[in-house]
Amino acid sequence: MIRPDADLLLDIVDLHATVADQPILKGVNLSIRAGEIHAVMGRNGSGKSTLSKVLAGHPAYSVTAGSVRYRGSDLLDLDPEQRARIGLFLGFQYPVEIPGVSNLEFLRVATNARRGELGKEELDTFAFEDVVRDRLKVVQMDAAFLERSVNEGFSGGEKKRNEILQMALLEPVVAILDETDSGLDIDALRIVAGGVNQLATPDNATLLITHYQRLLDVITPDFVHVMAAGRILRTGGKELALELEERGYDWVDQELAVLEVA
Amino acid sequence: MVVSSRLADRAVNDAWARRLLSHLPVPSGELEAVQVRGREALIRQSLPSRRQEDWRFTDLTPLKALDPLSLNPLTAAVGSSLPSAGWPAPAPGSLRLWLDGRSDPLAGQTLPPGLSRLSSDDLHQALGRSLAGCDCEQHWPVELNQATVSHCLALRVSGVIAETLELVCVADAQHTLRPVRVLLLLEEKASLEVLQVQLGSGASLSSLVVEAQLGRQAHLLHGLLALGEAEACFLGHLAVEQASESRFRSVMASRGWALSRFEPRITQRDGAAHTELKALQLAERDQLADTHSQVRFLGPDGALEQLHKAIAADQGHSVFNGAVAVPRQAQRTNANQLSRNLLLSDQARIDTKPQLEIVADDVRCTHGATVSRLQADQLFYLQSRGIDAATASRLLRRGFCQEVLRDFPAAAAVWNPLQRLMVEA
Repeated sequence: MIRPDADLLLDIVDLHATVADQPILKGVNLSIRAGEIHAVMGRNGSGKSTLSKVLAGHPAYSVTAGSVRYRGSDLLDLDPEQRARIGLFLGFQYPVEIPGVSNLEFLRVATNARRGELGKEELDTFAFEDVVRDRLKVVQMDAAFLERSVNEGFSGGEKKRNEILQMALLEPVVAILDETDSGLDIDALRIVAGGVNQLATPDNATLLITHYQRLLDVITPDFVHVMAAGRILRTGGKELALELEERGYDWVDQELAVLEVA
Repeated sequence: MVVSSRLADRAVNDAWARRLLSHLPVPSGELEAVQVRGREALIRQSLPSRRQEDWRFTDLTPLKALDPLSLNPLTAAVGSSLPSAGWPAPAPGSLRLWLDGRSDPLAGQTLPPGLSRLSSDDLHQALGRSLAGCDCEQHWPVELNQATVSHCLALRVSGVIAETLELVCVADAQHTLRPVRVLLLLEEKASLEVLQVQLGSGASLSSLVVEAQLGRQAHLLHGLLALGEAEACFLGHLAVEQASESRFRSVMASRGWALSRFEPRITQRDGAAHTELKALQLAERDQLADTHSQVRFLGPDGALEQLHKAIAADQGHSVFNGAVAVPRQAQRTNANQLSRNLLLSDQARIDTKPQLEIVADDVRCTHGATVSRLQADQLFYLQSRGIDAATASRLLRRGFCQEVLRDFPAAAAVWNPLQRLMVEA
């Protein structure tokens, strides 16, 4: 939903970032307002996953230039946990398995960290169980997954559902979903997308990072951005995704070549 | 120069055992023959040295620091090792026996149906068989146990036992040598859970030798919680022979010993059995924690799941050697071994080595070893959910332990294994 007067939630200006001294992001500009769903598309290596990790504060990435403002204040100054507490969420492409740490307890500690920031009281084990059982419905997940270790032995689809469950519990302001569709069969994709759609409100925003159009068949973006060589090359509506699907990414390379010469 | 130091070393090592033997009482009692055998072996063999491949990383200084002239296997179980002295009450549904290596823990006890004491004839026939079957009957720690032990807890298991058998051994007086010997014969389809708690403190030596034979479709879960303090040393051998379709699970956790050496050795006599080995060992201060495991498949279709975890902090040294033997007849063996290590200081040291001897060609054997600080990707994942770095690190350290501890028999809960094994940052 595009409303020009909606609050500016995330404002990325000329963002440059490196990993292991290798420049990956080379001047990303992107503004996201409340109520909007954005999709960033691009080939492997275009920098789209790096963008998501830089926003979440992954320690392996260094920002070398540019700025990111979250609801008007500097985001890049904050530790990863502070970013999460104030409402930034990263859905991982490869959710990490943590043997020995119970999923239920992990979800409770995370939820309470976010609640503390919002001035809400902590949930004890019993109160939390009620909340989480309700939220499980968003992703049609079995309560048995709560008793297991975080993501341990989960299938690809179960891991992604667990990500969306976390999103449902943390109620982020800006959710960045990194290749949430990868490795999902069509049923799992529908469930995951259904969860994302349910959680979208006029007050929050979603940034989908994806390689394929098929996620965008089930989640309709307001804006589609095409990323290549660490920059956003083109921005359009959902029809841009269809065009990409039809023409492939080759024209992006040609456009990039023109740009590089210039 | 080197030669002379070797000779000196050898002399010290020989003297240690001889001095220990010099003050032992004359062999007697039901294990007289075993004692004689062990003592003769100790006279022939000197203490293991780092020139032996199996002891290459294992510095026995803490053991040699125990005065062999004072170590006494006959020290009576003193007050603190008795049930009244503030030990946690046994979990409901568990049968606690106190082992001291010389008195009969079954005296005055009623065993549940399906569990019975082995007759003297059966005992003598079965004793040592699994040690031989697992090729460790001549290991020095085993001979030390044989030389000094005067009682063996020997049980036949002939059904599914609901009670957990909890065996507690305490070596808490100075100069205590506490040799414990256990023999378990599980008949076809029998099932038993055992929890062994070994507690040691002061200048003491705890020596444990457990033998188990599993019949077809038998199931044994063996938990070993070994907690030491100060100069206390622990030497343990677990020799298990499995018939086909049997299932053996070992869960071990150790902490606090100046020196601990644990050797689980499993032989699948005809393959087609399931073995699961899980261990968590901690080496802190200047402690040495060592596990040498060996699993042999003597027939096809056997399976092994092994997870060995270690935490080394301060100047601690952790050693793991995981031998897996898959000879030609062991086709379609499926063996997975993983060694995961957490290094919490720059001065700590970890030596980990898989030792796969695979001759059969149609097998699936995997092994892996990781040595790391807390895993950065796990830490970031938790932080990205709003969990601060200190809490995330505590969750991860706890999770690291829980992955092993959760498999202990439920009866272990009264000993609070997590609180005892968890390292504070």
